[in-house]
Amino acid sequence: MAHPIQIILTRQLASYLSVPLFLVDPKGNLIFYNEPAEAILGRRFDETGAMPREEWLSAFTRFDDEGKPIPLEDLPLTITLTKKRPAYKRYHTRGLDGVARQMEVTTIPITGLQGDFLGAVVFFWELSE
Amino acid sequence: MMRVTLFGTRGSVAAPGPETLRYGGNTSTVEVRGNDGTLLVLDAGTGIRRLGAQIPPDIARIDVLLTHLHMDHIQGLGFFDPLYHPGIDVHIWGPASGTLSLGARLTRYLSPPLFPVHLRDLPRITCHDVPCPPFDIGPFHVQTSLVCHPSPTVGYRIHAEGSAVVYLPDHEPALGLRDGRWLEPEWTSGYDLATGADLLIHDAQYTDEEYEDRVGWGHSTYRHAFEFAARVGVKEFVPFHHDPSHDDETLDRLVGDAVQRFKPEYVVSKGCEGAVFEVGPKS
Repeated sequence: MAHPIQIILTRQLASYLSVPLFLVDPKGNLIFYNEPAEAILGRRFDETGAMPREEWLSAFTRFDDEGKPIPLEDLPLTITLTKKRPAYKRYHTRGLDGVARQMEVTTIPITGLQGDFLGAVVFFWELSE
Repeated sequence: MMRVTLFGTRGSVAAPGPETLRYGGNTSTVEVRGNDGTLLVLDAGTGIRRLGAQIPPDIARIDVLLTHLHMDHIQGLGFFDPLYHPGIDVHIWGPASGTLSLGARLTRYLSPPLFPVHLRDLPRITCHDVPCPPFDIGPFHVQTSLVCHPSPTVGYRIHAEGSAVVYLPDHEPALGLRDGRWLEPEWTSGYDLATGADLLIHDAQYTDEEYEDRVGWGHSTYRHAFEFAARVGVKEFVPFHHDPSHDDETLDRLVGDAVQRFKPEYVVSKGCEGAVFEVGPKS
């Protein structure tokens, strides 16, 4: 079944951005990520294709400035998926390449013209210290 | 059987004149009639005026299905005779925006100073917002889907007796494709709507050269349209929404060149004003 036009256009936009962007469906399953995001995940989209929520989220470890793990329910994506509103958080990640990065993560719901919740975009911004 | 008649085939702006006599100068309007006389009107371009003048006064209901509210698709609405006939119910279907209903959006045109008559003063009009779940009008089962075109725009798929007509007059499914490579079906605008259609009426406004300066304007090239028709597996394809700068001679050449270039396995029929297509079993 085809994705809604808003999701299709978001993918097209993402493929022209240098900002790492993940695109998820309403359940949080990863349906697309762009080339800059491939570096964060450590895998190419052509290799992985779409990924279930548990699988792609488990590719990262997430921790705060003191090294404590960040629970899933505190992640911006979880907040956006459950409350259907934008969310933001700064934290550290370690992806499949084993490199620790400090990230600012912003998630935005994709809501259709009639208020239908279609998914979310997740922007990662790496902080250089 | 569905009887499909093209009353307006032009895109963007009407282009009447001796050089456009065969393909026509009126903007988008298509009539779809069912065996029982049920009448659908696809878009309300300038072609709808002539269509309206041919409707028998004893018809009780007409449904006008608007793809979007750009002027070339609604300009004829105020000149559609049945709107002023107290014995005819006119149902208008079209896209709402994020903040305004279809009726409120149409009022911007059907009110002074752009038009002397208020929409609210017309006798028997009902507006319906789309996209919406599939709905039935007489023998027709109608599906809607938002498609790639600036401002909310839908395409229509009309089923009857196991056959389907798909109307996508303004559609840029190739927007953003890298290196001209199409993505998988689920990532292609309009794919679900158009797949397996018996008759596809689809945007083919530009040449490849014209498109270079018009990316994002919401329209297809001949290449895009022919490739899209092949991907969705249609039986018959009608290039539509002709650019106003393309005269009859140019359109003949563009269609002929595209057929030679893409060697379609489906039937290609010219989108000439007045053309009639009979779709489905003849009973």
